[in-house]
Amino acid sequence: MALILDLLVQGAQMAVVLLLAPLLTGFVRKIKARLQRRRGASVLQPYRDLARLLRKEAVVAENASWLFRAAPYLMVAATWVAAALVPTFATGLIFSWSADLIAIIALLGSARFFLALAGMDVGTSFGGIGASREMMIASLAEPAMLLIVFTLALTAGSTQLATIAELFTRPEVGLRVSLGLALVALVMVAIAENGRIPIDNPATHLELTMVHEAMVLEYSGRHLAMIELAASLKLLLYVSLIAALFVPWGLALPGTGGGAYAVGLVTYLAKLAVGGVLLAVFETSIAKMRVFRVPEFLGAALMLGLLGTLLLFVSRSL
Amino acid sequence: MTVVSLACVAVLLATAVVGMAAGRHPAGRPLVYGLGLVATVVAFGSAVAAMVAPPAAASEVVLPLGLPWLGAHFRIDALSAFFLAVVNLGAAFACLYGLGYGRHEEAPHRVLPFLPAFLAGMNLVVMAADAFGFLLSWEFMSLASWALVLAHHRDPENGHAGYVYLVMASFGTLALLLTLGLLAGPDGGYAFAAMRGVEREAGMATLVLVLALIGAGSKAGLVPLHVWLPLAHPAAPSHVSALMSGVMTKVAIYGFVRIVFDLLGPSPWWSGMVVLAIGGASAVLGVLYALMQTDLKRLLAYSTIENVGIVFVALGLALAFRSNGMALAAALAFTAALLHVLNHSLFKSLLFFGAGAVLSATHERNVERLGGLIHRMPATSALFLVGCVAISALPPLNGFVSEWLAFQAVLQSPELPQWGLRIMVPAVGGLLALAAALAGACFVRAFGITFLGRPRSAAAEAAHEVDRLSIAAMAGLGVLCLLAGILPGTLIDALAPAAELAVGGRMPAQQAVDWLTIVPIAESRSSYNGLLVFLFIAASASLAVLAIHRFASRAVRRAPAWDCGFPVPSPDTQYTAGSFAQPIRRVFASMAFRARERVEMPPPGDPRPARLTVEMHDPVWDWLYAPVAAAVGWIADRMNRLQFLTIRRYLGMVFLSLVGLLMVIALWP
Repeated sequence: MALILDLLVQGAQMAVVLLLAPLLTGFVRKIKARLQRRRGASVLQPYRDLARLLRKEAVVAENASWLFRAAPYLMVAATWVAAALVPTFATGLIFSWSADLIAIIALLGSARFFLALAGMDVGTSFGGIGASREMMIASLAEPAMLLIVFTLALTAGSTQLATIAELFTRPEVGLRVSLGLALVALVMVAIAENGRIPIDNPATHLELTMVHEAMVLEYSGRHLAMIELAASLKLLLYVSLIAALFVPWGLALPGTGGGAYAVGLVTYLAKLAVGGVLLAVFETSIAKMRVFRVPEFLGAALMLGLLGTLLLFVSRSL
Repeated sequence: MTVVSLACVAVLLATAVVGMAAGRHPAGRPLVYGLGLVATVVAFGSAVAAMVAPPAAASEVVLPLGLPWLGAHFRIDALSAFFLAVVNLGAAFACLYGLGYGRHEEAPHRVLPFLPAFLAGMNLVVMAADAFGFLLSWEFMSLASWALVLAHHRDPENGHAGYVYLVMASFGTLALLLTLGLLAGPDGGYAFAAMRGVEREAGMATLVLVLALIGAGSKAGLVPLHVWLPLAHPAAPSHVSALMSGVMTKVAIYGFVRIVFDLLGPSPWWSGMVVLAIGGASAVLGVLYALMQTDLKRLLAYSTIENVGIVFVALGLALAFRSNGMALAAALAFTAALLHVLNHSLFKSLLFFGAGAVLSATHERNVERLGGLIHRMPATSALFLVGCVAISALPPLNGFVSEWLAFQAVLQSPELPQWGLRIMVPAVGGLLALAAALAGACFVRAFGITFLGRPRSAAAEAAHEVDRLSIAAMAGLGVLCLLAGILPGTLIDALAPAAELAVGGRMPAQQAVDWLTIVPIAESRSSYNGLLVFLFIAASASLAVLAIHRFASRAVRRAPAWDCGFPVPSPDTQYTAGSFAQPIRRVFASMAFRARERVEMPPPGDPRPARLTVEMHDPVWDWLYAPVAAAVGWIADRMNRLQFLTIRRYLGMVFLSLVGLLMVIALWP
């Protein structure tokens, strides 16, 4: 009985992330539009876009290989699995031990690997430029992310997200310099990984510094829908990750009843809303940077992560 | 067990003789590779049996060979059993691949005699239990592989590669000779059993460690002793390249582990720091070099340097933990190192086989002239992709597991008492992460430019899939990459005796954990389940495919590429390997390799084409090897005068040196 309940909660988590992901994207777009004094599309527009794309036929370039058609599904699967392992409304889910934070980062890496390959498949210059820049950004963002993971893992004595989140709900962790550095670095990495302003502009298709949109230029129909869904899932994953690590309050702990799950769900929605508003405000208040400024931005995140880790090696209480 | 393995070596040596006799005969190829396959499979089975049930300590075989008062000692313990398994697994697949691939060999009589000899040499190094036998087998292995590097000796590049390899191999052997000499001591206890457990001074231990690092590290390809590796490995036929990169570097790692972890005994705490620094530098520089290459096989050879660096980082951690008495953490780091040894031998062999298949189908190693092979070589490209995912340390394949274990070992280090290590380990952890991320970029580039896109030359357009035996060898390795990725617990348990021998501790038994999860320390600290991750990805991908094809659209229309409305038919407009690497070159290589870009833009009206030149310097070559080579040349020039003296002067010099030597003997305390 307990097993069935656990499986249900895990299933609910998978469904929640899948269903909420487009909503978060739509919400951020709406807030951004309002901040720019536009009315903006409805927050439900991403769902409509997905439904429309799914119904359309897929136009595939003549020389595209099987990899081009398989990559969107692999991407969505890897991102979805990763997103399902991050605590959203509850922690200590039944499968949360199957992959720790390092593995979640690596799963996102797998998704990116296939997307970059798919970008190169048709043999156009746009696909190549996108893939090349994406891998350059990843080559800095991934080590920064792993150093952040080191900081968190050394504080909590574990790389299991559920354990870290549970520990951070307790008051004895307190405010720490290293965690502050990790938070700043994590936000920077999250912005870069999701291709948001100032790294990349998710709203444009024709700009010389575009990265993500250049890679997916050849996609259409259901394949494009999968890629958009994966991008939304990734955004949701990073917001959930920051929320679970730095504002873990309200997460339903294992063994608590249905009421705790309801509280967890409501607080989770509130956290997503706050995260979405903050992202929209940040994106509106900053200009996009040249692509070769990106290494400096991510280098700063890398240094902050290293500094956080070093502080913990110096003293466990910092 | 030892007897069976020695019998296999004898068969391999006999096969070498067969190869010599039948090298030019068409039946020579199946005969040699078939015999080699049988011998290595049997040797692999015997090694696995020795791993599962380690033989008793007394199972040493002494043959009346070598030094008369010593004999040749051979022994298989847990450590050598593991490395024997790695060697023979790689060798068996190379033989299988060679059965098909060898058909394209232009000079089989230069390959067939030396390949079995090379395999026998590697087996003997791992089994040897005395200094004399070890060095003799080491030299035999080096020379056999040198002969294979020179199989196509008329190519001037290969001649240069063979020369550099010979110089570096002799230098490495010299260092190992001194290492083992120091370990044996003045009494000449050349048997490994006599070297163990001897109390050594700190200075002596330091010297042995540094010499072992030079001797074994030069063969393994550690920066800055790596210069020969990217020249020699690609020069050989592809299955030999796979053996050299995937297997021979592992024999070198075995040499280091045997000397430093087993024979030397306790080492000072900072020895871990030295190994960590060199390993971290090799990992990052190796992959950066690889990213700049356009020769597919050379790219793979540079990536070997990266992976050897990762292994040495884990070994350095194990040394640091062991010298501080943290047996559990040391076992974790050591297991990570051994697991990466196995994983790298699997995926690097697979990738070299793939590169060989591309080479035999297109006669082209330069990726700038390839492209679109996924349509013409579907099996090769799918298997090469498996190797690329594995080497980029992406779950659920095997490369990720060993790197994950290495990261877990890094996270154990705040308990280390020394400040130097505490500051160094997180930095090296960052380097490891950087190397992994750059490897991802490197293999996206390698696979994307070679197999995806449109063909960039007529040869790439006319390519055909390779023979079935080659594909079978690649498929076998691909399956093993997946199995090692989703069932790592079994492997970790199998490595426990070797770890216990080297660092005196073992990881918790993974057999007892439910659902085939791996748990390095405790479940609350970290766990990973490759099988479940694999199943989840497979299930959600199939779910997405099924749901969409059932409920949404499944129509596909083929149309010309969109390319933002301006498709250009020429394949030259594609991204090249050079342009793919450009952002990374700007970010990293401008510092590491002093890369400079120069643009020559003719003024308007001038019809000359614009030109972009990239200039790169290898810091190791410029600052280390070039001065040494210049110094050797300068001294040789000066010494040249000695050749043209009169007989009186020669006699005078002989007399003076005699007096000098007698003085030394008289004054020696």
